[in-house]
Amino acid sequence: MAVQGAVASRSGLRSALPLLAPAYLWLTVAIFLPLSAMVFFSFMTDLPLSGKPWEFTLGNYAAFFSQSLYLTLLLASLRLGLEVTLWCVVIGYPAAYVLAKVLKGRSREAIFLLVILPFWSNGLVRIFSWAMVLREGGILDTALNAVLPFKINIDLMYSYPAVIIGLVHSYVPYMVLTCYLTLQAIDDSLIEAGRSLGASRLQVLKRVIIPLSMPGLVAGAALIFVPVVGSFMEPRILGGRTGTFYGTVIEDQFVAVFNWPLGAALSFILLAVVLVILAVASPVLKRAA
Amino acid sequence: MAGVQVSNVSRSFGAHKALDDVSIDFADGGFYALLGPSGSGKTTLLRQIAGFDFPDSGRIAIGGESVERVPVEKRRIGMVFQNYALFPNMSVADNVAFGLSVRGEAKATIATEVQRALDLVQLGKLGERRPHQLSGGQRQRVALARAIVTKPRVLLLDEPLGALDKALRVDMQIELKRIQREIGITTIFVTHDQEEALTMSDRIGILRDGRLVQEGPPEEIYDRPKSEFAATFLGDANIFRGDATGNGIKLPDGTTIAAGIGDRLAAGVKASCAVRPERIRIATDAGTSNGNANTLKGQVSKRIFAGNNSTYFVERAGQTLKVIVQNTGNDRLAEGQDVMLSWSPESTVLIAAS
Ligand SMILES: Nc1ncnc2c1ncn2[C@@H]1O[C@H](COP(=O)(O)OP(=O)(O)O)[C@@H](O)[C@H]1O
Ligand SMILES: [Mg+2]
Repeated sequence: MAVQGAVASRSGLRSALPLLAPAYLWLTVAIFLPLSAMVFFSFMTDLPLSGKPWEFTLGNYAAFFSQSLYLTLLLASLRLGLEVTLWCVVIGYPAAYVLAKVLKGRSREAIFLLVILPFWSNGLVRIFSWAMVLREGGILDTALNAVLPFKINIDLMYSYPAVIIGLVHSYVPYMVLTCYLTLQAIDDSLIEAGRSLGASRLQVLKRVIIPLSMPGLVAGAALIFVPVVGSFMEPRILGGRTGTFYGTVIEDQFVAVFNWPLGAALSFILLAVVLVILAVASPVLKRAA
Repeated sequence: MAGVQVSNVSRSFGAHKALDDVSIDFADGGFYALLGPSGSGKTTLLRQIAGFDFPDSGRIAIGGESVERVPVEKRRIGMVFQNYALFPNMSVADNVAFGLSVRGEAKATIATEVQRALDLVQLGKLGERRPHQLSGGQRQRVALARAIVTKPRVLLLDEPLGALDKALRVDMQIELKRIQREIGITTIFVTHDQEEALTMSDRIGILRDGRLVQEGPPEEIYDRPKSEFAATFLGDANIFRGDATGNGIKLPDGTTIAAGIGDRLAAGVKASCAVRPERIRIATDAGTSNGNANTLKGQVSKRIFAGNNSTYFVERAGQTLKVIVQNTGNDRLAEGQDVMLSWSPESTVLIAAS
């Protein structure tokens, strides 16, 4: 029986191979090759392209541990990732709930479009729009002062909150989309069954809806947390001097200092840390679901 | 336990009247079937009673008190959904425990009550399974156990057996009836299957286009339908249309049919007579009326043999009549044969044209 099964699955694999080949070829060319080049660079003293002599070294990785600055920045970036992810949950989940369970027909389509719109707009345009809104004498400042009877001074530009706002705005559509998909798959009769059994709306939310939409929350969190920890554009433009994070330091190595080997090494340390965090978090989240 | 009174309830969706002035008194402890074609408002009525939706006008009372301002979770109802609606993230036992646990019952109480409910539906050993590991019939039982474990005042079932195959459905009908008797709960059972309604319920309400067409014990509706719709929706009926003659009708060709059931109608108004196929005698001898007052001549156009009985389709003045004859081993009639149909006025229901 078992042998037969193995044979059957092997012949299944053989017939699937021509179908899988393009995908694997693409993965090899687009991801594996550049990534291995970067791994290679991260162990070099200098880029071979520059014509200068180079040799293998562990120094780029050692740099991370020899200077506490990198660790501090990494922790700051992880905190930024956590905060942005939490805000995305707080804003995105209710929005997804309303989209999936409250709105119907045309109004759902309209609101959906509004949620997706920032997704389609260019990242830089989005960030500079926020810069106009958040700076002193900017749109938010002027508007609030026009409405409020007392004078207040809104100058969020070049601050940590500005970075959070910009990042949350950029990434919240991911959370809305992943949660929307799991929420709209939850049959309304499950909610009604819960209510008929004596559960309040809140109890139904806690015991039925949130557990069933956990896969969406986890997927959204992973899609947001990972890029935010490595983000550099929003911190640099909206954060100004306060916007130095792990991601901006990596970017500096590539575009300003031209120390690609160090940049690559710092990237791989980040990748390792993020993978460890996801590996530790996934069983916990799975149990919660 | 409690009865349910629905008084003059109407509910519209846009211009469409899903319920139109419906009044029904569901007696305490009774088994009530709501029967009607798809779209007749059965689910809508059930949802008003459950509190998932609210009437535009009219009043609903459970156990004598109006539930107008009572939200679903406070109505103490049990509901079984057509698609079972089991929580996929919980085990069978946790599904059944849900209603007790949200009420904050003690863990030990919950465990014994859940076990008792699962035993009642004969699933005592499957508590650890997940809903997706169960068959359709087993899921239905879990849904039932979950709905009754909280000791609701009323049990509402929306076509609970619709998704099961025929044999399983009959098993579940018997099972459901047994459980209902055992706990004596007021039960409102929505179905579009007339046989299910006939065999299971103490009373039947027939809905059509949001209106209650007729309501009463199955025997009464079957024997004394008040409309052509009730006569043909619950069971089979031969319908004759003509002009009322007081206690009968006169067909367009002059034949009269005497009716012994139904209110007398003023002579001349449009009316119909309904006769159940099994009440008609069929004979080859043109003279035989078997002492019955109503007779018609016709010709057998088709015979369907079903073992214990045969159904004859008899052509008569452009109308096809249906006659069911028990298999007594006597001569069977051939297709194309001229026959004489006869039946008594006591088998004939006079119905005012609607
Ligand atoms: N939420 C709703 N919105 C609009 N129309 C509805 C809604 N619920 C029911 N209806 C309409 O009301 C009528 C009765 O529906 P329903 O009670 O589900 O019928 P049944 O259960 O007898 O098949 C149908 O015509 C249906 O389209
Ligand atoms: Mg229905």
